[in-house]
Amino acid sequence: MGTQRTSAHEIERYGGLFARRTRGMTSSAMRDMMAVTARPEVISLATGLPDTTTFPAEDFAALMSRVAVDSSAAALQYGPTDGLEDVRRCIVEVMAAEGAAVETDDLMVTTGGQQVIDLVCRAFLDPGDVVVAEAPTYPGAVPCFTSYQADVVQVEMDGAGMRIDVLRTTLDRLRAEGRKPKFIYTIPNFQNPGGVTMSLERRRELVRIAAEHEIVVLEDNPYGLLRYEGEPLPTLLSLDGGRYVVYAGTFSKILSAGLRIGWAAAPRPILEKLNLGKQAADLCSSPLNQYFVVAYFAHRDWRAYLSTLRAIYRRRRDTMLAALDEFLPPEASWTRPEGGLFIWARLPDYIDTSDLLARALREHVAFVPGRAAYLDGRGGSEMRLNFSGVGEDEIREGVRRIGKVVSEQVALYGTLTGAKPAAPRDARASASPRTADEPQGRVLPLRRREAS
Amino acid sequence: MKVAVLKGGSSLERPVSLRSGARVEDALARLGHDIVAIDVGPDFVDRLVAERPDVAFVALHGRGGEDGTVQELLELVGVPYTASRPSACFRCMDKVVAKHALRDAGIPTPDFYAFSQAAFEDLGAGRALPAIEERLDFPLVVKPAAQGSALGIKFARTAADVPSALVAAFSYDTKVMFERYVPGRDLAVAVLDGPEGPEALPVVEAIPTEEDFYDFEARYEIGRTRFVCPAELPPEVTLRAQELALATWRALGCSGFARVDLLAEGDELTVIEANAIPGLTDTSLVPLAAEAAGIPFDAFVARVLDLAVARAPA
Repeated sequence: MGTQRTSAHEIERYGGLFARRTRGMTSSAMRDMMAVTARPEVISLATGLPDTTTFPAEDFAALMSRVAVDSSAAALQYGPTDGLEDVRRCIVEVMAAEGAAVETDDLMVTTGGQQVIDLVCRAFLDPGDVVVAEAPTYPGAVPCFTSYQADVVQVEMDGAGMRIDVLRTTLDRLRAEGRKPKFIYTIPNFQNPGGVTMSLERRRELVRIAAEHEIVVLEDNPYGLLRYEGEPLPTLLSLDGGRYVVYAGTFSKILSAGLRIGWAAAPRPILEKLNLGKQAADLCSSPLNQYFVVAYFAHRDWRAYLSTLRAIYRRRRDTMLAALDEFLPPEASWTRPEGGLFIWARLPDYIDTSDLLARALREHVAFVPGRAAYLDGRGGSEMRLNFSGVGEDEIREGVRRIGKVVSEQVALYGTLTGAKPAAPRDARASASPRTADEPQGRVLPLRRREAS
Repeated sequence: MKVAVLKGGSSLERPVSLRSGARVEDALARLGHDIVAIDVGPDFVDRLVAERPDVAFVALHGRGGEDGTVQELLELVGVPYTASRPSACFRCMDKVVAKHALRDAGIPTPDFYAFSQAAFEDLGAGRALPAIEERLDFPLVVKPAAQGSALGIKFARTAADVPSALVAAFSYDTKVMFERYVPGRDLAVAVLDGPEGPEALPVVEAIPTEEDFYDFEARYEIGRTRFVCPAELPPEVTLRAQELALATWRALGCSGFARVDLLAEGDELTVIEANAIPGLTDTSLVPLAAEAAGIPFDAFVARVLDLAVARAPA
């Protein structure tokens, strides 16, 4: 394009050619702000980046040399669409660690877990089809859903994950409208961005509902092995017995996100459709990177590296929780995740976190504004904070700066309206004991907020 | 000539600036110039001194690049540069200063009241809100004083919306403005300097395709806003819009090129603001207007550069 003469007229002409589905994909204000969050002077709590600095460079070098020596021609060649048999054996091992028994034939290697979301949308969605997702949902799934022109219905969560009572009401309402969701998208463990984990009882109910209504559940589980406390819960896949659940897994959080290797576990008729979609999308996921995974599992202890990561992230999570307690005003609340990479915070309704981000960027700190996790304008006063991407000192300093700008806005609002500041958090905590429905602390309910 | 293209920076409009800059670089390359692209950061002055360009093309938008800061440094280092001098940049960037200047010059602009955060915190300005609301009437617009794009601009439909709109606007600046809401058509007039003095280019109308407000997103997104140039207006309204743009240019002391935004409520025109360094991306209004005037982008860039070179540093 560089040497061609382009003009707004010509661009406008392309405007008429773009597919309608590209309409929902635009959020340039957010993209522009996010571009600023990536500046080196900014402490970014906005990423979802795992820590890759602790992966030993010498291991990387040694394993890649081994791939080069042992599998050169194959690693440089196209591979099978469902992935190398050897990688699928590694996946079986990881799935066993998650408590799910699968065979290599139940699996398909994908280009990151993200591709599973795309392939499931591709296989199941016609324009206007309903998808049920959590509220808030994974911001990275939003462009996927919108690009397939899905009608996304979001179901609130509380401390025990997706509210199954609300799900039932939602399904009933949809049925009354003559509509039926194609699938329910959920991240049961340490949800991104909510930080909450679905209780065992709700997992059972969800799987039951899926079978009852004959709806697929897309279980996205990138963080299951990143548990820092509490007992692991069974996957929906294992509870369902392999009938309605499509499971998305990834090596991104336990080995490397740069490999872009993930997988789907699903009933075979579904796998076949996903396979067709993958042929169209990219033929196969990088064999070079798949060979790296195989070499890694053969010659290194993946569980040992995982426990190193867990220790690092646990400390970072604790640092962030302590900093939030210290620096955020009592008007704010947040989730206390038992694992994963994210904390979800809620501020008073009168603070808009998209605008607050502009203020925060002047203090060189960034977070993800809550609206990114909703498709219906909700989430305006919420934010996602990541604790895996930067070190403990930066987490503390970043939260301090966020606390400063939030406190400033709370005080300004008080000045404008005469509203009194909230009581200190300690006093409130003793006044409202935790309820059974809030097993993880003071946060949730992630209640409904009117779209504005 | 050795031309430094200044772009990027750390303002919220950084990505737009990078696009403007890239497009200017392409044009300069076609014009046969030697280009030094500078992403403006902490090493800016060092690079300027080291590179010693003959002239700098300022393709920065927003805080730092459009508010006179970079221009002041260029004056200091002695590098000629495109578009307005620091004082005009400063006047354009601060909407409150600009609107006062417009009002003083008798140029119609929607009524407004401006306050600093300190006025609310230290002087009890909150007590004056009912009076403002009464004078400007609802809905009213709440704007940060210095934010180049439409970021942070809020509508208050009732008195209950005002506090949160203020909190939002103060996210972008320590000074905000209440402005009377003017329903109407969004017009923009680009002004381009030349040997015979500044000329107003054909009027552009921005027609939002879906949103109820011509917002930050729509401004840069293909397909979200339709631009019509020349705008379909009665000849006398077109003429009046161009006259107002030139009057605004003079009142604010612009040079090189600038863009003046207006609203047309029926045939009544009001000036909203002026942009000292408007976008030059492939979806921006100024290149579109220039082309409608028979000035292709390369010729536009060449002319702006010539003006900069001809103007000796102050």
